[in-house]
Amino acid sequence: MPKAKRPKIAVWKFASCDGCQLSLLDCEDELLAVAGAVDIAYFLEASRAVVKGPYDISLVEGSITTPHDAERIQEVRRVSTFLITIGACATAGGIQALRNFKDVKEFISIVYAKPEYISTLDKSTPIADHVKVDFELRGCPVNKYQLIEVINAFLNRRKPNVPTYSVCVECKRRGTPCVMVARGTPCLGPVTQAGCGAICPAYHRGCYGCFGPKETPNTVSLSAWWRKLGVNDHDLVRAFRGFNAYAEPFRKESERYEQR
Amino acid sequence: MSDEQFIIEGTDFQKLLDALRQQGYTTVGPTVRDGAIVYDEIASVKDLPIGWTDEQDGGRYRLQKRNDQALFGYVVGPHSWKKFLHPPVLSLWKARKNGKSFEILPNRNDSPRYAFIGVRSCELHAIFIQDRVFTNGKFIDPHYQARRQKVFIVAVNCVQAGGTCFCVSMKTGPKATLGFDLALTEIIDGQKHYFVVEVGTEKGAEIIQRVPAKPAQPNDIQIAEERIARAAQQMGRHLDTTDIKNLLYRNLEHPRWDEVATRCLNCANCTMVCPTCFCTTVEDVTDLTGTEAERVRKWDSCFTMDFSYIHGGSVRASAKSRYRQWLTHKLASWIDQFGTSGCVGCGRCITWCPVAIDITEEVRAIRESEQVSKKGE
Ligand code: SF4
Ligand code: SF4
Ligand code: SF4
Repeated sequence: MPKAKRPKIAVWKFASCDGCQLSLLDCEDELLAVAGAVDIAYFLEASRAVVKGPYDISLVEGSITTPHDAERIQEVRRVSTFLITIGACATAGGIQALRNFKDVKEFISIVYAKPEYISTLDKSTPIADHVKVDFELRGCPVNKYQLIEVINAFLNRRKPNVPTYSVCVECKRRGTPCVMVARGTPCLGPVTQAGCGAICPAYHRGCYGCFGPKETPNTVSLSAWWRKLGVNDHDLVRAFRGFNAYAEPFRKESERYEQR
Repeated sequence: MSDEQFIIEGTDFQKLLDALRQQGYTTVGPTVRDGAIVYDEIASVKDLPIGWTDEQDGGRYRLQKRNDQALFGYVVGPHSWKKFLHPPVLSLWKARKNGKSFEILPNRNDSPRYAFIGVRSCELHAIFIQDRVFTNGKFIDPHYQARRQKVFIVAVNCVQAGGTCFCVSMKTGPKATLGFDLALTEIIDGQKHYFVVEVGTEKGAEIIQRVPAKPAQPNDIQIAEERIARAAQQMGRHLDTTDIKNLLYRNLEHPRWDEVATRCLNCANCTMVCPTCFCTTVEDVTDLTGTEAERVRKWDSCFTMDFSYIHGGSVRASAKSRYRQWLTHKLASWIDQFGTSGCVGCGRCITWCPVAIDITEEVRAIRESEQVSKKGE
């Protein structure tokens, strides 16, 4: 790549905890290579320097929760060649999408002294509900190696190696005995997309579903099995209402049990 | 090779491990980890699951204490020997950009010389099946072959069967009859604890000379045979294999496939734990600057969408088609493809399916529905 034409990357933040941006900062060694290969033109978390758009790649963290954000994302889309969303907030609405199941005005009146100052939407929605997204990278937070892989793939104009199969595949490749089978611990792994490297089962915990629904998830069958393991309807609702509560397959499953 | 059998005292088992390690083998075998018996390096007899057994059923596995100090008083767990012969993740080659061209970087996929300790009869058959897949015919897998050629196999005859075992149905056990260097039968009789040892190869005979062993008496051999015969009576599962290929080919549109698809999570666990499943994918990765590239091979599964992806989409998009593909390959089309069944009856896919889907049960449902409809005719 000729020096003069280093691709420009921007990192944008919407409603989020900044954790996914931190994953990018956490890339230390790799980041040096990133900084050499690309021009990080807009990344307020790391530097105040701002290079004007347009940008070759925009990484977008966070969900849309305010009317202002809903306008701002349109602007980001206009100045970006590729728009890549990173993390559960940007791809599914995040933990703050729990508001989507309730009346947000009630929360506001309880939480804020002067509710009239708060301008918010009644739902937290993923970026793809508002603009065209070129790639969605899952995770809460995203896996830094997957993040590098996606940037890398877009820079080299190839398909990212980001599998959409279950966490179980990663669990088995690393040789972790299944916590559901060997301990009776409920695990969301069979309906959750791989990417984290199956961390929780390696520490004897069930998967929390941080990477959202896998391809063709059979949530109905998994829930039925959880019931056999002794999980009650209420806890099933809560299990599916995590960081990816508003991702459709998880949302439908939690609603099914809520309505019972 | 003589038919002579030997006795090794339980207290001398460490000497067998020592003899193998002195010969340069890395000894790997069963050990307790994370609530299960897995395969890993074992340097000392203390690393073995002494006094443990496993209780298995569909979707359920629990370790239990035995009331003796048996070294091999359990059956197979979530791991199989394929993790050593056909590793889950393997770098195939790397390349570096060199001006307008590129150079291939030498990839030293050196593997240790493994001695497998405690290979069960069904597992020997599984290794033989993978031998056919990887080293028979026009295309040889050099990685598998290099590992396989160096392996020393200490088999263990099962004297107790597990809750999901069906090797008797598949004619793959419980007695090891082929492909071992040494085969042991563990006998615990009151205060007595010893192994009856059968020698399968010259390599095995050499090792036995380095271990305190005395000739076995006909009585010892008879006790061993009786215990193995007892295990054969205890199979937790049964599969009627009569005309199984045609049975399945006749029933590709059977409603049972729709029924199992409502339960199947298409999570791929069954294929990962199966000792004969061999499918892989390759991922090509580049570094950020685009100057280095690497090709990595990983275990893959017919339960993923990507597996059957061709231009325009996945051929097997439904869970039904994926489960049917898996089961019919194991039990029917494998026979056409490789001349053997693809299933050795180890029961892993039953135990380690998170929702207890049972290959023997699925076949039974299809077979019985045919019998019912025949009767009705
Ligand atoms: S522990 Fe969870 S993710 Fe791992 S194999 Fe079992 S169900 Fe799947
Ligand atoms: S049969 Fe069981 S282990 Fe296999 S893909 Fe289906 S749910 Fe997973
Ligand atoms: S199909 Fe199931 S029982 Fe048969 S060899 Fe594979 S894991 Fe074992």
